[in-house]
Amino acid sequence: MTALPRWADVILLPVLNVVLAFLVGGLIVLAVGQNPIEAVGIMLYGAFGYGSGFGYTLYYTTDFIFAGLAVSLAYHAGLFNIGPEGQAYVGGLGVILIGLALNGTHWAIVFPLMIVCGALFGAAWAFIPGYLQAKRGSHVVITTILFNFIAASMMGYIISRILKPAGVNSDESAPLEAITRVPQLRSFIELFRNSPVNLTFFLAIAALIFVYWLIWRTKFGYAVRALGNNPVAANYAGISNQKMIMIVMALAGAFAAMVAVNNVGGVQGRLILNFVNGAGFVGIAVAFMGRGHPVGVGLSALLFGILYQGGQELAFQMPGITREMIVTIQALVILFTGAMGDMLRGPLGRILTQPDPAPGGK
Amino acid sequence: MEQALVDITLILDSTVRLAVPLILACLAGLYSERAGIVDIGLEGKLLAGAFAAAAMSAVTGSAWLGLLAGIGAALLFSGIHGLASINFKGNQTISGVALNFLAAGLTTFLGQSWFHRGGYTPQLSGDQRFNPITLPFANELRDIPIFGQIYWELISGHNIITYVAFIAVPVTAWVLFRTRFGLRLRAVGENPKAIDTAGISVTLLRYQALIITAVLVGIGGAYLSIAQSAGFNNNMSAGRGYIALAALIFAKWRPGPALLVCLMFGFLDAFQFRIQGQSFPLIGEVPVQAIQALPYVLTVILLAGFIGRAVAPKASGIPYTKER
Repeated sequence: MTALPRWADVILLPVLNVVLAFLVGGLIVLAVGQNPIEAVGIMLYGAFGYGSGFGYTLYYTTDFIFAGLAVSLAYHAGLFNIGPEGQAYVGGLGVILIGLALNGTHWAIVFPLMIVCGALFGAAWAFIPGYLQAKRGSHVVITTILFNFIAASMMGYIISRILKPAGVNSDESAPLEAITRVPQLRSFIELFRNSPVNLTFFLAIAALIFVYWLIWRTKFGYAVRALGNNPVAANYAGISNQKMIMIVMALAGAFAAMVAVNNVGGVQGRLILNFVNGAGFVGIAVAFMGRGHPVGVGLSALLFGILYQGGQELAFQMPGITREMIVTIQALVILFTGAMGDMLRGPLGRILTQPDPAPGGK
Repeated sequence: MEQALVDITLILDSTVRLAVPLILACLAGLYSERAGIVDIGLEGKLLAGAFAAAAMSAVTGSAWLGLLAGIGAALLFSGIHGLASINFKGNQTISGVALNFLAAGLTTFLGQSWFHRGGYTPQLSGDQRFNPITLPFANELRDIPIFGQIYWELISGHNIITYVAFIAVPVTAWVLFRTRFGLRLRAVGENPKAIDTAGISVTLLRYQALIITAVLVGIGGAYLSIAQSAGFNNNMSAGRGYIALAALIFAKWRPGPALLVCLMFGFLDAFQFRIQGQSFPLIGEVPVQAIQALPYVLTVILLAGFIGRAVAPKASGIPYTKER
């Protein structure tokens, strides 16, 4: 593997990979006879051009930050968590249960409890694959995939058979009262009219800062990174790998569950079927694109927020393009920044290290 | 008694129908995982195969060209997977995840751009599909009690892909355990260095495995859209690729057990349709969701080592780097 200058490794290579992903995406748009430049213009207008569009962008960004953190936190420990989708879904149960129990209470009391309760449910759901990986050696990639499906079935049952009030046709829980819901920013800021962005957005920003502190400024974070880089060495250094795997997975699940606070607590105000709607999976792309660093995760979550909100606008304005183009872009980003992340490393290394001949021969 | 027999035959018949894509995808995964390439991307290849088959069949009117297109799409996806995981030595799991999203996004996007039907391809009929084949004497034997009934309902009257899927199982077992290629394939998944030392190309072997994977899973995809159904709809693979992956683990990467597990999962699926809304003595109404989740729960329990141990091929997921 070629050693790159630090700036090239940290900034240039990831940016090139993302550019590559978007170029390929542009070619696909071109191939179906649409204009990719025009499409980007419409998307940017949809994402930033007017108040509620911008609000929606921030709402999506909130989801993607939490999902991205859930993936990257585990990835720092060498675990590939494909389960934020299910963890967020189960987290929604915690959020709605506490919300319904205290229905009618002021949000200032319920909001922190929703965070705690949702986090507990999400953490518990992610803890099981963590436990199975640590104690029984079952690969966390496979178990988290399976747990997404199990979560979907379980929650489907709980919502349609237990939480659904009598006389309601659609599969959803009873609604929370307005005063109990997490307040949306439009009630303070006129700009965001008709958009669902709520206080959870600030929680997401706080989570980014918290994860930076946790991973790079604490003993715990050091242990996480040691485990991810070299489990054998970590073990010799006196870190209990088994314990760490379980804690990290539970923590990842807790972050994923904040997607539920954003949606169940702040937007729908009730638990509806499949409310996560793929946000958990976007977290995978966000984490790889952001290289697990909170700054990177924040920026990539924003980029995907722009894509999702802009994509909505695009679907209205250019009938030839559907919103699923975003899923394609998401796939290309995962492919080029994750799976093929080192593809350009060789050529780039040759270009960058050519001028100064390396001392001491090879 | 008569009615019970008819009921059982009908359930078994739909078991077979539902198991076919699982069997094909599971065998597909078996080849690549035995060669040391983890294939989370089965789901995506199944979906891409289904879409390409339906699109081609709708345009050309030929189910056979559709089948070829399905295989072609799966080959393309396998090629990307190979490029990422064999040539660039990337993370195979990440590549597989990317392919699954790529298929989900592209099939809907291209479907809408090409056919303008909200992600559906045009309805297929006649030669655009693989139609049921009546086996010899099925009509004549139909009136014989029990045997005739079983022969007519269960064994005869499926489309050609179904028979291909069932034949592929013994063929796979033979290739894997009775041929030189099979020996090398298993070796490259356990100890690629030994293969390399013997002067055989690890890269070539792994690509060969990926090609077989693509052909099988492509046929499986075509089955979904142009044999079982009459056209493609959004996300029509609906997690079958993941179920096949679970079945593969459950079968401990062996073809015979893979068939049994796929039939079992197919049976659960058929059973779940059957018992919807019915009440049973003692246990009452069984929630559909419980049966839907059963394959996944069983696989988790197996993975946890509570009922036997599933050990993957040793070199699985690790890119091979030649020593210089």
